[in-house]
Amino acid sequence: MWGFLTLSSLPVLLAGLALIGLVGAQIRAHHAAGGDLRSLAALPRAHGTHAILSVLVPAMTCLVGLSLVQLIGRRLDVETLSDGAIFRAVLVVSVLGCGIAILRSTAQFRARAASEAWIKSLLITASAVAILTTVGIVLSMLFEAVNFFRQYAWQDFFFSTDWSPNFRGDSALGFLPLLWGTFYVSLIALTLAVPVGLFAAIYLSEYAGPRMRGIAKPLIEILAGIPTIVYGLFALITIGPMLRDYFAQPLGLGGSASSVMTAGIVMGIMLIPFVSSLSDDAINAVPQTMRDGSYALGATRSETVRQVIIPAALPGIMGAVLLATSRAIGETMIVVLGAGAAAQMSLNPFEAMTTITVKIVSQLTGDTDFASPETLVAFALGLTLFTFTLALNALALMIVRKYREQYE
Amino acid sequence: MTRPTKSLFVQDDRIKRRNAAEKRFHAYGLAAVGLAALALVVLLTSVVSNGASSFRQTYVTLEIALPADKLDKGGERDPAAMAKVSTFGYTPLLRDALLAQITELNITTTLSNKDVGNMISKEAAATLRNHVLANPQLVGGTVSLEVLANGRIDGFFKGRVTLESAALDGNTSPEALQIAQSLADAGIMETRFNWSFLTAPDASDQRPEAAGLGVAILGSLYMMLVVLVLALPIGVAAAVYLEEFAPKSRLSDLIEVNISNLAAVPSIVYGILGLAIFINFMGLRQSSPLVGGLVLTLMTLPTIIIATRAALKAVPPSIRDAALALGATKMQAVFHHVLPLAAPGILTGTIIGLAQALGETAPLLLIGMVAFVRDYPATYSETAGLFGEAATALPVQVFNWTQRADPGFAERASGAIITLLVFLAVMNTVAVLLRRRFERRW
Repeated sequence: MWGFLTLSSLPVLLAGLALIGLVGAQIRAHHAAGGDLRSLAALPRAHGTHAILSVLVPAMTCLVGLSLVQLIGRRLDVETLSDGAIFRAVLVVSVLGCGIAILRSTAQFRARAASEAWIKSLLITASAVAILTTVGIVLSMLFEAVNFFRQYAWQDFFFSTDWSPNFRGDSALGFLPLLWGTFYVSLIALTLAVPVGLFAAIYLSEYAGPRMRGIAKPLIEILAGIPTIVYGLFALITIGPMLRDYFAQPLGLGGSASSVMTAGIVMGIMLIPFVSSLSDDAINAVPQTMRDGSYALGATRSETVRQVIIPAALPGIMGAVLLATSRAIGETMIVVLGAGAAAQMSLNPFEAMTTITVKIVSQLTGDTDFASPETLVAFALGLTLFTFTLALNALALMIVRKYREQYE
Repeated sequence: MTRPTKSLFVQDDRIKRRNAAEKRFHAYGLAAVGLAALALVVLLTSVVSNGASSFRQTYVTLEIALPADKLDKGGERDPAAMAKVSTFGYTPLLRDALLAQITELNITTTLSNKDVGNMISKEAAATLRNHVLANPQLVGGTVSLEVLANGRIDGFFKGRVTLESAALDGNTSPEALQIAQSLADAGIMETRFNWSFLTAPDASDQRPEAAGLGVAILGSLYMMLVVLVLALPIGVAAAVYLEEFAPKSRLSDLIEVNISNLAAVPSIVYGILGLAIFINFMGLRQSSPLVGGLVLTLMTLPTIIIATRAALKAVPPSIRDAALALGATKMQAVFHHVLPLAAPGILTGTIIGLAQALGETAPLLLIGMVAFVRDYPATYSETAGLFGEAATALPVQVFNWTQRADPGFAERASGAIITLLVFLAVMNTVAVLLRRRFERRW
């Protein structure tokens, strides 16, 4: 007879209880008012809202919490909560919530303040998701990375120059070739993006008229809105073959279409709007009085830019470059499609090399066995990548924040 | 007496040098902007010129004889019994129909019958089989059906394959292309716009001509729904709390720094998170739009939170003060007055966040969305639950096609990019229009 009482019927039951609470609390409030609503501390409507929230919020909290306990128990292979137990607990909590809310609906009860407290707790939970995400990121990689370092010596990982995973169980998983590839690609990308982005920002904020700015600025922003897979495909089918046919082969530097240069140039294009819009902000934040002072002393525009504006905006520009660097080392699709998969350390930019992100993708796609070091290494790589980018971002944010305070 | 060499009208060396430096600097700036614009133009031209042809497809119309003794031995015209004949039973019928057509047109050829049969797509046999199984009464007669031509033949009409390249190609020959040309002249073969590129599912390595984006578009749509349903309320709630209610405390400062850091975490890290938490820990299904949507939600949240906070900040305090002065609680002031006024800004930010999520590839690779999926995923199923059936996504499909050997897939990948860019352009245009229409200056 009670067979319908399972976890899947919970939404209906909760909705029913909420409805009972809504109606019950309102009736009691009306009753307490005795025909004169002015004698109530809160409108009957507010009593109803409060009852709904008192049913739903604790029940959902209980459901999520207990499901988490159940999941952890299952993963640890210990006796854990059954679905039935969770269901009963949630039901008890929601019935209690409903009953208490109805009982509290007296003339003196400030129902509106009480339901606002519930809403505020929901808002706090929502903003805690951001923290939970970070915790999730760190935990998800930390556990598996620790697993990896149990099977593979950390010295060999961080200081070996040999990356050659295989299925025989004697893989060499040295991190340095990947770091070198990442570094080399980012270097080429930044060499292209920083001057171009910076000059574009200077031109648009100091030289261009409103019409020019109105056309050029959105045009550059479009570059920022294009997904990285598009850049990846561009590298693969256009830039790669072009560089191979016109530069690498005539110069005798190699015959591979995917190369550090290919990925670097395309990534550089991707980073141009990033550098230019952040530097633009920094340049625009330099007070006009500083420009006027410089012009008054007879400086030309370019002298003003070089000797007054750039030094004043330098922290912001540094922040932009650091953020662009963090983008570059974390970028995946362009290097997956443009840089190649060969883990090697070479100075020749027309050779295929590989990066941290490429190897994370290649070790974690396809058939993966989460006990082998060849798969787990991806988590160690991910953690290293996360640490790098976090450090760069934190540094950039610190510099930018400090600088903002100067002129505001 | 020496006259001073300097004047406003006569420039001395130093002034000349300084003015030249000024001109150079100006030119550098212009060149930088030009370079960025050039990069954009080259990028878009490359994608469009490579991909536009994927929206056109070559078809061949054949009069196909359907012998009852081969297709329906029992003679009951029962589709269940007829389903025993696999696609291999239909391939010779197509070949014979094409051969008959060639003889009828008096085209002489030295090609073997098998090579002539190869001019038709391998997908055609399945098309014919489905058509016959749906209309069993056709067996015994002939049917006129339009089927796909092979990818190389298709490439010939689009200029990708030439007589010279065909001579070096094991999969086709110049002679086959000449026959194709004669067939096209006779109006039997035709290259025209096709919707099937947008609706058909993916196809295997041998048949780029049949591959479409149907499953990928559906998968992307499901994920966008998940993102919208989760990220919008959570993001707005978080932003409202941080902007309107949070006390200046360590905790709220921590959350704030956290959010700006999350916005800059490489997307692939979110993929690792999805793999470890949603798939390995929580046991959700691989390749499912649900997991993809959850991962993209976490990625989109910072964007929406930051945009919403900016929109809330732009609403002047006088609005709040007026509401409070009339006796509203803080909660009422925010939800009844500030939030509606900030809605256009929030909406714009959400659309931009969704557009980012739509183009994101790397995290989806890690949660298995790169798998080969031919079945349209159902919204809900008993075994897999809500959004639980395997799917791919638009950008992942592009990646998938770039990994295939047949050059026909390069064209398809560019075509998929065009589709993706059109979606993004529409979303961003809507966002810009919304901002223009509803933006208020206070």
